[in-house]
Amino acid sequence: MTARRIVLAVVVLLALLHQDTWLWDDPTLVLGFLPAGLAWHVGLSLVAAGVWWAVTRFAWPEDPLGADASGAEVGR
Amino acid sequence: MTALVVICAYLVVLLGIGLVANRLFRGTGDDYFLASHSIGPVLLLMSLFGTTMTAFALVGSTAKAYQVGIGTYGLMASWAAVVHPLMFAFIGVPVWHLGKRHGYATQVQLLRDRFRSDLLGWLLVPILVVLVMPYLLVGIQGAGITVAAVTKGVTTTAAGDPAGVPAWLTGLVICAVVLTYVFFGGIRAAAWANTFQTSVFLVVAVLTFVTIASALGGPAAAIDKAAAARPELLVREGTMTQAHFLSYGLVGLSVGTFPHIFQHWLTARSSNTLKLSVVAHPVLVMLVWLPCVLIGVWAAGQLTLPLDQANKVLGIMVAKFTSPIMSGVLTAGVLAAIMSSLDSQFLALGSIFTHDVVLHARPQTDERAKVWLGRAFTVGVVAVTYGLSLFESRSVFDLGVWCFSGFTGLVPLMLATLYWRRATAAGAIASVLATIVTWVVLFVQYLDHPVGEDFLVAGVMPVTWIVLASAVAMVGVSLVTRPPEQAVLARFFRG
Repeated sequence: MTARRIVLAVVVLLALLHQDTWLWDDPTLVLGFLPAGLAWHVGLSLVAAGVWWAVTRFAWPEDPLGADASGAEVGR
Repeated sequence: MTALVVICAYLVVLLGIGLVANRLFRGTGDDYFLASHSIGPVLLLMSLFGTTMTAFALVGSTAKAYQVGIGTYGLMASWAAVVHPLMFAFIGVPVWHLGKRHGYATQVQLLRDRFRSDLLGWLLVPILVVLVMPYLLVGIQGAGITVAAVTKGVTTTAAGDPAGVPAWLTGLVICAVVLTYVFFGGIRAAAWANTFQTSVFLVVAVLTFVTIASALGGPAAAIDKAAAARPELLVREGTMTQAHFLSYGLVGLSVGTFPHIFQHWLTARSSNTLKLSVVAHPVLVMLVWLPCVLIGVWAAGQLTLPLDQANKVLGIMVAKFTSPIMSGVLTAGVLAAIMSSLDSQFLALGSIFTHDVVLHARPQTDERAKVWLGRAFTVGVVAVTYGLSLFESRSVFDLGVWCFSGFTGLVPLMLATLYWRRATAAGAIASVLATIVTWVVLFVQYLDHPVGEDFLVAGVMPVTWIVLASAVAMVGVSLVTRPPEQAVLARFFRG
């Protein structure tokens, strides 16, 4: 699986987690002050940071022309 | 008056930092617009983050939370955690490689080269300028609204009522400060100033939260009072639909086509420099948006402000629940967020006029003239923007979303440019035209819509239809027109 496909799968997964229908009308307060829906999305932000860290380690995009392409050409 | 003194002191310190950074300026066009590709990971992170967080993030998020509640965070902040790093990595990294190799300074240069089309360039220049303008106005007007609320009482209206510093004066001062350090030091001065300003508004966002929470008897007491006044703000049922919530994700894709973000990507020392931004951006967004959204919700238990005046919520909460010194510090933080976007946006527009209009017609211009052209255009952009900011506009949040939606419409074009060999000039032009037409048609309908309520089309954000039209036009027209020549593709793709 290429890096691009891995990242696409990861983004779809994060998007699914973003759509937290099960907390849509839940007024429960986490830690006594944080509404459940808000707490979920704060957690998602932190999970996303971890996922993106993994992408920088294992699926970082390459130079579109490859590392050995000439860097000397100057366009307009 | 104390708050005003603190705000003035902050502006003086900022000017000093900008002018000190100017001492590193090397006097070339490449250095003025791209810092000679020398910016390291920390400065890049702070610049990218500072540039994406503006009045929209502070004033707008608080206002939106006051109107619709906690869902505001999911609409923008957690979507930003997913899609902003995606754009930084998968548009920013190839753009950095191609820009370094072929000498691009703007998006239009890349697109003209990739599609061998001058028409595409001339079509895009006015679109990019027109779309950045509302983003600039969001910043200047957000600053005016916040400072006026915090300094209420320093002056009086013609009728004798207490008033704050007028918005026109705040706008004039922040435009002058930003213009001063950008004029002399270019994007390197902006990067240094952004790093300082981003640090300030991150600290201030947390301080705001702690101070106001304390004044309200703690976060638990504050949320209880808000829940008693307007319980719907603690959930999303009744304030937004699932489709509405999902379609907001498309708005965040706009960072992939902002001209000022494009310019910051190119300032990076290497493509790996972007890694820190990709990882840390979601956390920094959370640190700013969580306090703002909570303050907006808490305000529902404290204020009886009409929903169409929600832009004033942050300023009023700060003025009402903190000391004058703290109020000044917090306002300086809001200004920091706003100015750290304005500087990059002013420079990006100056760069577009310099590279895509003047230098495109006269490529032999020398380095010194390039710098002065950039400065002259930047001054012009600031003057026009300031003039426009004097007119009353609609909700800061709504204005920002419309600007972002237009940029998202250009994302299919940028993705096709970088990843789809079959994309043609005709497809690119059709994609841009589709974006313009759908944006204008939907925006005209929005103008008749009440302020403070989301304008949806068939249950989803207008951006959905804009990006769909753009993508269909890009793919459909490309497939029925002649493929690009191999010699051109060899400049952009391997093998």
